[in-house]
Amino acid sequence: MIGLYLPGRSLVHRMSAGAKLASLAVALILLVLLDHPWQMGVAALVAAGLYVLARVPWRAALGQLRPLLWILIIVAGLQLLFADWQKAVMVTGVMLISAALAGLLTLTTPVPAILDLCQRMLRPLQRFGVNPDRVGLAMALTIRCIPLMAGIVKDVTEARKARGVTGWRGSIIALAAPAVVRALRAADALGEALIARGADD
Amino acid sequence: MSVIRFDGVSHRYGERRVLEGIQLELTEHRIGIVGANGSGKSTLARMINGLVEPTAGTVTVDELDVRRQGKEVRRRVGFIFTDPDNQIVMPTVGEDVAFTLRRSGLTKEQIAARVEETLARFGLAGHAEHPAHLLSGGQKQLLALAAVMVAEPSVLVADEPTTLLDARNSRMVAGLLSNLGQQVVVVTHDLALLTEFDRVIVIEDGLVAADDTPAAAIAFYRALLG
Repeated sequence: MIGLYLPGRSLVHRMSAGAKLASLAVALILLVLLDHPWQMGVAALVAAGLYVLARVPWRAALGQLRPLLWILIIVAGLQLLFADWQKAVMVTGVMLISAALAGLLTLTTPVPAILDLCQRMLRPLQRFGVNPDRVGLAMALTIRCIPLMAGIVKDVTEARKARGVTGWRGSIIALAAPAVVRALRAADALGEALIARGADD
Repeated sequence: MSVIRFDGVSHRYGERRVLEGIQLELTEHRIGIVGANGSGKSTLARMINGLVEPTAGTVTVDELDVRRQGKEVRRRVGFIFTDPDNQIVMPTVGEDVAFTLRRSGLTKEQIAARVEETLARFGLAGHAEHPAHLLSGGQKQLLALAAVMVAEPSVLVADEPTTLLDARNSRMVAGLLSNLGQQVVVVTHDLALLTEFDRVIVIEDGLVAADDTPAAAIAFYRALLG
């Protein structure tokens, strides 16, 4: 979700986040109900068709699936070993198409629209003390903090390298301690910035 | 211009005195605050926005007490920090600027228009969909500035806004700060930034050591540094 959104004016882009999320839920239920490899093939064609309809570049589409590659290979191998090729196609097909459809949601929906939707869905829980605005803000901050944390770990790793420490030599604590200290400082500063921007008012 | 008043303001962190008996009235357009590290200048600036409360005395902005009316004060006083990475709270540039306006009562279309206009004003046109963490250091500081200025505060406080920037980006941010219509209070070590300002205050060991025109205050500060 970190900057994955690809702006566009396609039909898929113009659908509301709620409609896309509901469609995704229905599609996932239908996927697990399929029981023939040819049906899985049709589902894969439909998913590919949706990417074409959304005019998502093929590189971005493959980028959604790349992290799954090793898991798919392992799962397919285990299914071939302990079951048969049909089962391997069904299990990996469900995983692949589910990830592709979920990826299409993030590629065609801006983060604020997803957060707004989550906040709307949480409104009924207000009577139980849940604050949807705070949950939405927490979600946005979580997404924002991933690159911030990655940057901190990269800086600490480079500082170690500059002092001649590479790999796991020295100690994991030597990497974790400065990273945690810097993360806590960053969290403190982020909290101060939120107050300054009136987030808590 | 707003009237920022420090009336007998002191601040202590435990036993350590940070500010003592500060008496100031800031009414000028562009005000600079300089001082050595640990002199108390950042604490002084943070008090204007209510981020730090005085342990004695009062700080008011247009008669609003920052301790009791912090919410109203923060609507009038924008604040930008040294490290913009800590100020950006949303994943993309446009979303971060829009975050400031989320409770403004404006429609989505009005917010989008204001965001676009503000990004263009701060040299970030066309970056709305760009991941904020991929911007350069200078662009991040411009984003931090845009995200504060979109709310049109009457005062902008900046705590060492150019410290982490290279010379070119530093000049660009300094130029933008100098040309804002709002009242601007800048804490900085970059003395060149202050030459065109209206007033410069030197803080030394928690006290106002000089309060004068830029030329006189900077000369005093240079002498103080030896």
